[in-house]
Amino acid sequence: MGLKDKLEFPGQVHETPDGGFMITKLDDVINWARSNSMWPLAFGTSCCAIEMMHTVNAKYDWSRFGFEVMRATPRQADLIIVSGTIVMKMAPVLKRLYDQMPEPRYVIAMGACTISGGPFFYNTYSVVKGIDHIIPVDVFVPGCPPRPEALLHSMIALQEKIKNDAYFRKQVDKK
Amino acid sequence: MLLGEEDHFNEEGEFVINIGPQHPSTHGVLRLKVWLDGETIKKVEPHLGYIHRSIEKMSESFSYRQFGYITSRMDYLSAHMNNQACALVVEKALQVEVPARAQVIRIILCELSRLSSHLLWFASAGLDLGGVTPFFYAFREREAINSIMEETCGARLTQNFMVPGGIITDLQPDFQKRIKEVLKQFKDNYHEYNEILIGNVIFQNRMKDVGVLTREDAIALGCTGPVARASGLSCDIRKHYPYDGYEKIQFDEVILTGGDSWARCEVRMAEMLQSVHIIEQLIDNIPEGDIVAKTKNVIKLPKGEFYQRVETARGELGVYIVSDGGSTPYRCKYRSPNFSNLMAIPHISKGHKIGDLIAIMATIDLIIPDIDR
Amino acid sequence: MCEIHKLKMTNEELKNSFAQIFPAVTFDETGEFLTAFIPSEALLPVMKELRSKKELYFDYLFCLTCVDWKDHLMMVYFLNSKTHNHTIVVKAKITDTINPKIESVYDIWKTAELNEDEIFDLFGVNFLNHPNLRRIFLEDDWVGYPLRKNYVDEHMIEL
Repeated sequence: MGLKDKLEFPGQVHETPDGGFMITKLDDVINWARSNSMWPLAFGTSCCAIEMMHTVNAKYDWSRFGFEVMRATPRQADLIIVSGTIVMKMAPVLKRLYDQMPEPRYVIAMGACTISGGPFFYNTYSVVKGIDHIIPVDVFVPGCPPRPEALLHSMIALQEKIKNDAYFRKQVDKK
Repeated sequence: MLLGEEDHFNEEGEFVINIGPQHPSTHGVLRLKVWLDGETIKKVEPHLGYIHRSIEKMSESFSYRQFGYITSRMDYLSAHMNNQACALVVEKALQVEVPARAQVIRIILCELSRLSSHLLWFASAGLDLGGVTPFFYAFREREAINSIMEETCGARLTQNFMVPGGIITDLQPDFQKRIKEVLKQFKDNYHEYNEILIGNVIFQNRMKDVGVLTREDAIALGCTGPVARASGLSCDIRKHYPYDGYEKIQFDEVILTGGDSWARCEVRMAEMLQSVHIIEQLIDNIPEGDIVAKTKNVIKLPKGEFYQRVETARGELGVYIVSDGGSTPYRCKYRSPNFSNLMAIPHISKGHKIGDLIAIMATIDLIIPDIDR
Repeated sequence: MCEIHKLKMTNEELKNSFAQIFPAVTFDETGEFLTAFIPSEALLPVMKELRSKKELYFDYLFCLTCVDWKDHLMMVYFLNSKTHNHTIVVKAKITDTINPKIESVYDIWKTAELNEDEIFDLFGVNFLNHPNLRRIFLEDDWVGYPLRKNYVDEHMIEL
């Protein structure tokens, strides 16, 4: 399945003389819409943030995948890309930012520091060894820092995950 | 509340707010506690440590070959200069002579990363004041420089290219050709930078007479780099304490006397051209020969104390090593340029409006991991 | 700009001028810079003289740090004169490692404020008459001083 098919609207079109109708699942439509309009939070602590800025820019251009609306406040964001080391003092702040984001929310852990502490694993007294100690992570991107292509790949992987998620149905079942 | 537990208004009726640690215009996780009277700033207090990664403690357990590597994560935009400082301090202690080829390549790469660092300043200064387009312009050139870095050093950002005694690997065959292409591209586009941001009346009005730092204050606060040079203080380490053959190179130290945000912008814009000028002198004259001097496999520094300073894109970086004769540093201290430049912010933003604080922060151009280390 | 190097003092001249301020000083010339050792009690008056004396005029404190030598702490002040361009390192020994304290030099060089905060945070040295002594890097309730050699952290993974 190529990229073009992934972006196509999910469902079967049935043509009729005065237009047409379409059969699809509500979950599929909602997930299609959600996955192609992710709003990331403008959050960066260190080196990886620079590579994230490169991904925003013209050469890599993540708006091709619907990520272009960078939000300054967590209340309007549904994706947090943790780019850079998280230390003990920053951990409560990150948790608070995550808590402020509306559901459904997603996390990409960018770079070795966020996976395990990376270069700051040994002999350090202040680094959190992996942000999954603080918040749940959807996609891990290795690298120090990862290339922009790797970040784009992680975003496409996240879109796959959202498309296969039955989020809406789960909400109905709860009620 | 997690940040700032006190009531927002204190007894004097001042309004206390926190800018950061998560704030789109602080370029990282700097937290400034600001006391306001209406919109006027009464006092600013920096709170640090949101990216304190204990680099100095880690350095005490790394060998002299390893300890430089962690510094490219400190000021990641001047990664080459940070590595160079660590390599130079070991060379100074061992009295190793660096081959001429390695010295020239070091200078070319350092100036290239200074250029790319100032480009990032240009991008984010525009972004902080609401101009998105300069961001795309500057990253066009940064992307070209990054791909040269990747081809030469194997990494786009945290290069780790300088080792004690020289450089880690030789150049790629079309290094010179690609550098010339980038320089040509930059020089052809330089007028665009002036047209889109620097020549913009709104930008100039936001910058002129804002955040004036006098020469005396710059000395007292320990400011270095473009921040101090905009206040008329001659402090370029490349001129005063030349290293790696900077004494043989023709370039001007850009010194302005305005001291305001606008002068800091002009210094950086002029320094970009100086970096290009330095690279142009060297690019056709890279000598042949060795790229690294012979050192022992396990480096042991003689007992004593060693201090080495280099000029990074943001000012004077000092590496202070205390050796007890072993294979790891006994104490390793980084005198980081951003830490001293940060102290200028509380001093010069007093009495300005809160919007000007963003403009001041943009021109001081801080890298927070270098402050916290 | 041109007259900077004219008034630069040699190490011998620096030693003589320093001895006039504080006769009990000892020197070490093995390193790159001239190093002067003074007791920590005498720090503030000596530093004031170094800053204000016209022929010395050390107006630029470019590095301020501390070294833990297990039985004592050593404060290290790197001083430079922007007018004369000579450099000196002043070291002050703090013998009390349980409750170390020394005078703050904030009144002389403003750059000392955050640098002394950093040393308080990582070494636990108390600076007397400091305007706002606080932990700047670590949380307020952090136990211990990480850059001290006797610091233990059970969560730290040794290489």
